[in-house]
Amino acid sequence: MKPGSTSAACVALLRRDLLLVWRRRGDALNPLLFAIIVVALFPFALGPEAAVLSRIAAGTIFVAVLLAMLLSLDALFRSDLEDGSLEQLVLSPHPLALLLGCKILVHWLTTALPLIVIAPLLAQLLLLPAAVLPVLLTALALATPLLSLIGAVCVALTVGMRRSGMLLTLLVLPLIVPALIFGAGACNAAQNGFAYSAPLLWLAAWLVLAVILAPLAAAAALKISLT
Amino acid sequence: MNPLVLWFHKLGSPPYFYRFAGKWLPWLYALALIAGVVGFYGALFTAPADYQQGDSFRIMYVHVPCAWMGLFAYLFMAANGFVGLVWRIKLSETLAMASAPVGAAFTFITLVTGSLWGKPTWGTWWTWDARLTSELVLLFLYFGVIGLYHAIEDRRQAARAAAFLALIGIVNLPIVHYSVIWWNTLHQAQTVSLVGPSKIAPSMLWPLLVLAFATHAYFFASVLARSRVALLELESGKDWVRALLHAAETLHD
Amino acid sequence: MTDFFAMHGYAAYVWPSYALFAVVLLADALAPVFARRRALRDIAARLRRAASRKPS
Repeated sequence: MKPGSTSAACVALLRRDLLLVWRRRGDALNPLLFAIIVVALFPFALGPEAAVLSRIAAGTIFVAVLLAMLLSLDALFRSDLEDGSLEQLVLSPHPLALLLGCKILVHWLTTALPLIVIAPLLAQLLLLPAAVLPVLLTALALATPLLSLIGAVCVALTVGMRRSGMLLTLLVLPLIVPALIFGAGACNAAQNGFAYSAPLLWLAAWLVLAVILAPLAAAAALKISLT
Repeated sequence: MNPLVLWFHKLGSPPYFYRFAGKWLPWLYALALIAGVVGFYGALFTAPADYQQGDSFRIMYVHVPCAWMGLFAYLFMAANGFVGLVWRIKLSETLAMASAPVGAAFTFITLVTGSLWGKPTWGTWWTWDARLTSELVLLFLYFGVIGLYHAIEDRRQAARAAAFLALIGIVNLPIVHYSVIWWNTLHQAQTVSLVGPSKIAPSMLWPLLVLAFATHAYFFASVLARSRVALLELESGKDWVRALLHAAETLHD
Repeated sequence: MTDFFAMHGYAAYVWPSYALFAVVLLADALAPVFARRRALRDIAARLRRAASRKPS
């Protein structure tokens, strides 16, 4: 790989961000803990009756994963903004959208992937029928990157704000509602014996669109926020 | 140069717009008030009660114009936001941000009056069908735009960021609408479809149109009023604002 | 007349709707009035402060 080329820049950025997360891997476990706690609270709130829990299991897991990802989304650009490397990224000759894509990839790998790994545990806590689990995992695998991508655009708009947590949630949630509807909808359809491929295909289509457009939008938003 | 084009360019100048808006404001408010009174007279007195819903359908005369304005305001905001982002026209940014709270107010009225209408006619205060859900998401989008605008210090940067969000939201709104339709048809537990006059009688229709006109006039009045204040704050260091203050002070002496 | 006010039984729904419409839009109409006064006051105060700081 030629040093100074765009691919070298992307690889360097990926390595750096992954290394930074690894150095604070305790913090990276926070979203996991949050998701487990949220899911565990529901049996306490709704009672241990199996029929009730398995009915709400898929949707609850989806919401818990969503909220857990929102927690870590805030930190996407924060440390880079504080030490000035965010401005260096914006000023670099490489396409900003591509670089942001790499950062979003790291966010998904370090936040969403662990959540997908523990999804079977969450499913068991809420007594999700075993047959639905593959659909849940597929739906999560499609919806979580969407959340990372759309969330990144919103974080780019609020970068630098001191107390942006609640505002960020307010911005992201209306935009993520379709992904939630289709993701949880696929699981519920599978659970009730209906066809579930349509919502999954919709999710996949949006994901493809988001992979191309969201980094561009995030780059534009970042340029607005940093001027 | 074409006088209309010239006038359009002049309008972009803050002091000219300030004077222009100040001149037209009272007329727009008056127009809204008169049309509103006429419309409400028709809504409450001359329109006959609906054979199915009785007098509760009169809520329509508040609910529907506000629903139309909530959507119109968002389009107005997004269009001005787009112009502001692409051509960096200060006035467009101002108009976009001024229309956000007005649109949010109309959307809020829509949701609450809809709920009040739904209770006697559908038997429930709320239901998660496509239109209601999309309207709720619209309110959240307004809150997001307003929140973002107020969270950033630099006013022009704040307006651009909020306008960007408004444009993303405008793409999202039909997506939410169609997602919820799919979601509703999946569940297939719908009992009642949305009520509404299918073939509306003329005596029922004209108050609605008059009130639609009234709310439009009110919207523009409110946007102009809010834009004037925003321009004052934005241009506070400029000479024209200083001159305005001196004129106001000499008037009070 | 009482029939009209009772809206044939729907009064609890119709009148609050109309009232909400009036109240919210009134609040929306008054907000720029107060904001404009406040803005002019603040700008005048800022100008006075700036003038007192620069005696020339």
